[in-house]
Amino acid sequence: MRVAGKGLLDRSSSVPFTFDGVRYAGLEGDTLASALLANDVLLVGRSFKYHRPRGILTAGSEEPNALVTTGRGAGRDPNVRATVQELYEGLEARSQNRWPSLRFDAMAINDLAAPFLGAGFYYKTFMWPRAFWEKIYEPVIRRAAGLGALSGIANADRYERAHAFCDVLIVGAGPAGLMAALVAGRAGADVIVADEDFRPGGRLLAENDSIDGMSGSAWVQGVQSELAAMDNVRLMTRTTVVGAYDQGTYGALERVGHHRAHRPEGLPLECFWRIVAKRTVLAAGALERPVAFRDNDRPGIMMAGAVRAYLNRWGVSPGKAVTVFANSDDGHRTARDLLEAGVHVAGVIDSRPDAPKAADFAVYRGAQVCGSSGRRGLESITIRTLSGEQRVQSDCLAMSGGWNPTLHLTCHMGGRPRWSPDIAAFVPVEGAVPGMVAAGACNGAFSTAACLQEGVRAGREVLSQLGLAAPDVELPVADDAEAGLQPLWAVPGKGRAWLDFQNDVTVKDVNQAAAENFHSVEHMKRYTTQGMATDQGKNSNVGALAVLADATGRSIPETGTTTFRPPYSPVAIAALGAGAQDKGFAPERFTTSHKASVERGAPMIEAGLWYRPSYFPAPGETTWRQSCDREVGMVRQAVGICDVSTLGKIDIQGADAGAFLDFVYANTFSTLKVGRVRYGLMLREDGFVMDDGTTARLGECHYLMTTTTAAAGEVMRHLEHVHQLLRPELDVAFASVTEQWAQFAVAGPKSRALLDSVLDAPLDPVEWPFMACGPVSVMGVNGRLFRISFSGEHAYELAVPARYGDSLFRMLVARAEALGGGPYGMEALNVLRIEKGFITHAEIHGRTTAFDIGMERMVATRKDCIGKVLSQRPGLLDPSRERLVGLRPVGAVKQMVSGAHLFEADAEAVRQNDQGYVTSVCYSPTMGQMLGLGFLKGGPDRYGETVRMVDHLRGIETLCVVVNPVFFDPEGGRVRG
Amino acid sequence: MAELIARSPCGGLLPLTIGELSLTEEPPEPMTLIMPFRGQTGAVSKAMTAAHGLGFPEPGRIAGEGDAKAIWFGRGKAMLVGVEPDRSLTGLAAMSDQSDAWAVVRLTGPQSEAVLARLVPVDLRAPVFGPGQTVQSQVMHMTGSISRIGAQAFRIMVFRSMAATLVHDLKTAMEAVVARR
Repeated sequence: MRVAGKGLLDRSSSVPFTFDGVRYAGLEGDTLASALLANDVLLVGRSFKYHRPRGILTAGSEEPNALVTTGRGAGRDPNVRATVQELYEGLEARSQNRWPSLRFDAMAINDLAAPFLGAGFYYKTFMWPRAFWEKIYEPVIRRAAGLGALSGIANADRYERAHAFCDVLIVGAGPAGLMAALVAGRAGADVIVADEDFRPGGRLLAENDSIDGMSGSAWVQGVQSELAAMDNVRLMTRTTVVGAYDQGTYGALERVGHHRAHRPEGLPLECFWRIVAKRTVLAAGALERPVAFRDNDRPGIMMAGAVRAYLNRWGVSPGKAVTVFANSDDGHRTARDLLEAGVHVAGVIDSRPDAPKAADFAVYRGAQVCGSSGRRGLESITIRTLSGEQRVQSDCLAMSGGWNPTLHLTCHMGGRPRWSPDIAAFVPVEGAVPGMVAAGACNGAFSTAACLQEGVRAGREVLSQLGLAAPDVELPVADDAEAGLQPLWAVPGKGRAWLDFQNDVTVKDVNQAAAENFHSVEHMKRYTTQGMATDQGKNSNVGALAVLADATGRSIPETGTTTFRPPYSPVAIAALGAGAQDKGFAPERFTTSHKASVERGAPMIEAGLWYRPSYFPAPGETTWRQSCDREVGMVRQAVGICDVSTLGKIDIQGADAGAFLDFVYANTFSTLKVGRVRYGLMLREDGFVMDDGTTARLGECHYLMTTTTAAAGEVMRHLEHVHQLLRPELDVAFASVTEQWAQFAVAGPKSRALLDSVLDAPLDPVEWPFMACGPVSVMGVNGRLFRISFSGEHAYELAVPARYGDSLFRMLVARAEALGGGPYGMEALNVLRIEKGFITHAEIHGRTTAFDIGMERMVATRKDCIGKVLSQRPGLLDPSRERLVGLRPVGAVKQMVSGAHLFEADAEAVRQNDQGYVTSVCYSPTMGQMLGLGFLKGGPDRYGETVRMVDHLRGIETLCVVVNPVFFDPEGGRVRG
Repeated sequence: MAELIARSPCGGLLPLTIGELSLTEEPPEPMTLIMPFRGQTGAVSKAMTAAHGLGFPEPGRIAGEGDAKAIWFGRGKAMLVGVEPDRSLTGLAAMSDQSDAWAVVRLTGPQSEAVLARLVPVDLRAPVFGPGQTVQSQVMHMTGSISRIGAQAFRIMVFRSMAATLVHDLKTAMEAVVARR
């Protein structure tokens, strides 16, 4: 219920929302949690394992219980913490992990079976039979235990990633963070202040304290406006720093659209920031820890700090008769705040025998709460004092077991926190993350005055490290009282006392783990699953450790420490992968002929990042084979046009260009004549084939290398590596010119006729023999011509600057069509090269050598080259190796498939008898049958032999004869024209 | 006689205006990659100064402020833009015509830095990366050249074939930045 006169909200507003289909209204400034409490909704969820009714425990991102699903359809968002979700008009929230309804959950039967479901239950029960785990046990358990679910539909919501850089990153905008920001901001440093809340101030908004005589929130507002006026300070609210990484890099998640009723077009839901900071001030505050006692998970039992936050910030009292259970002065403080707001306090149970007394409320000194009752919410608590047990009626219990510094980020690079007995909590060690300084509550300084002071200290420290002069900052006057805490972790007694609310782990579970000899905290954690839920044990780690210490008779520091990994709070995978949806997944590379090809109906296929036409369907053609066969015939009989711009083109210049090429290629290029092209084979250092292609000599010190489309980047990197590390003395420079030139293959007996119609001077056959190259003028444009062929036909490749690519392609195609030809795609290109036995990366797939593909003689003997020595290892020159052969079907079955394996004709088709495999196949319209290339043991030595091709996957068996891989025009007469 | 028609890399994709941000394609101009031969950087710089009024740029810098510029383009490389390289450079440096190889766009507007913060992983804040500075980095998934050419203006270059992706990525980031206002 709302309390009059309290809270930092717009009382005149009304924000309608629904929870489980019921309409409610809240106020502007509410979270879903505060609005639910204002509407007296206490039951908000069911627990993970036992399906116990649960309410709101905290008022922050550490909330373990109040997880809801918001939105609907593809963009529905599961496991949203109601304590973080800001209220907006029309917000739809639903409870999770219950069936059929939140009030009646059939799976609550698990709670009755609890004696059997304790720690290690799965491991003990579902071990046998082994095969049952994956098929039966795990699916059933997963259905029974769980959180919210995704929609299963592709989500169109936008997520974004961004980079930020600053001198000082301040994590948290509470008293310490704001003071540090003032110091660093006034000094002129570039500052980013990130706070996970939508309103800066931290605990100052939740407490009743005054600073410099004004309310906490008023002081925050003053600081905020000063910071806002500084150009060098950026205050990022709704931004959780989730991870600390190398060299001052931090990951941070910003909630951009979650709080908006109407999201403008293009607005992301979340932004994942990578913030690089020279120095960082961690001012992340502290988290209050529960006390474990019997049935401490009942809705209505909350953290005392949360009760104060709901009261002071949101003007809500979670109960009408509130009791408080504490081991420090925070108990009295909570009671005072409630009383002052006019809320009835039914008693303060203070575990300290010497706790102060109070005039306006009952104080049970040296007492403990040892039980609770109520059906779906708290109705009464049981108090144990020296004189016995008694019940007190209460609909809300505020509990506090002390505070744990939020030191999570200091653990992200392996830092181990240190136990501080004074505050019975872990504190960060200095230098745990290089460049990071902890200040305020996260450093174990809990009073407001101490936080303000630590903020100034940390601000000064990072400024001096950055070499900046610290400005004068007056320290505001604030409360400096210590809480006088006496540790209390668990109240002894029967029943289940919860430690980890989110994963349903109790004191009993931890004791059982200890009894079964899981003494290490790491083992206990895994055995009981404590701390392994999405809240990462923020509420329970230290408590569970204390219980384990007690059970094993050791002190807490002896027992171990807790540590944390990123992320601090859950991050959607969508945010981590932001921008990678749809077109953002990878760049698309389009050739200059792309538009013309698509206009002709060509289906495009991906080659690396490039899109290339598969085939060009002609009217009446219904299958790709029809188009492909026609295109192959076109090239063999007339002329075909194919865009080959995607092949890597590397411009190589310099006095030592020839020597450099001799070193990277297996064969020799320094002897190549200017105006000529040579096929080259490149080896890896280990002697296997890396890539092949042609290289043209354009001038005395100028070569142009081509690479396979998909290997262009790899080859460029290789050349850089060779030049920078292996042969830096060579005077050579290279640049990618792949994108500069649009290059088209003009292939077929009528290629010269076609070229003569576009070139400004006709080609002289004597000056343009096979493998010639040189400059040409194409309708007034300077181009390059290469007489090379990947089809075995009389062919050329014509290159012009890319701006003319579209135009030239259309023109070449039109003129080819007039000569009975036309464009051809990748399918036909593949058939044409298989007919000629030309290899691609299907054959030079990384496991084959020059010897395997029959090119060992290309490895020049008179010079050294990369891979030469290792290519001559005896094992790599063994004639019985799998070597390249051609295959033709000879039996009744005519089908061939790549990927199939080869066996002797009468041998059983099992692994032990494997003789090789098929790499490329096609139907050859020229030869009127299927053809294959493959690698066969003994290779060329077995020409004429019949082998059996077996595709075990598709169940195809074909008898093949082994032949020379050059099926068509083996003499090469056609290519010489 | 038939004639070859020139097309620009971003033809049909630009210009684009979102809020106060604008994205335009730079007009085509000569671009030549200059790669000094061994030990010739000084001589190249001298020749460039004599012929074009700008030296070979230091790493991360753009030489020249007028129509002719030399943009540092990685180790031992500079892209001479806006002018054909002078003959005096022949023999001193490898030169490679790149006039058609790049999609070149200009992003302007008060939030252009925020747009690039979504795509480029390096520090582009004005005090660190002011006018006349350039970097070879990533633009989303693409390798590119990013230069600051004004207080609120950047020149971005990626491979010509990736023009559509460049426009897509910039447009997405521009929309997101503008939608936040």
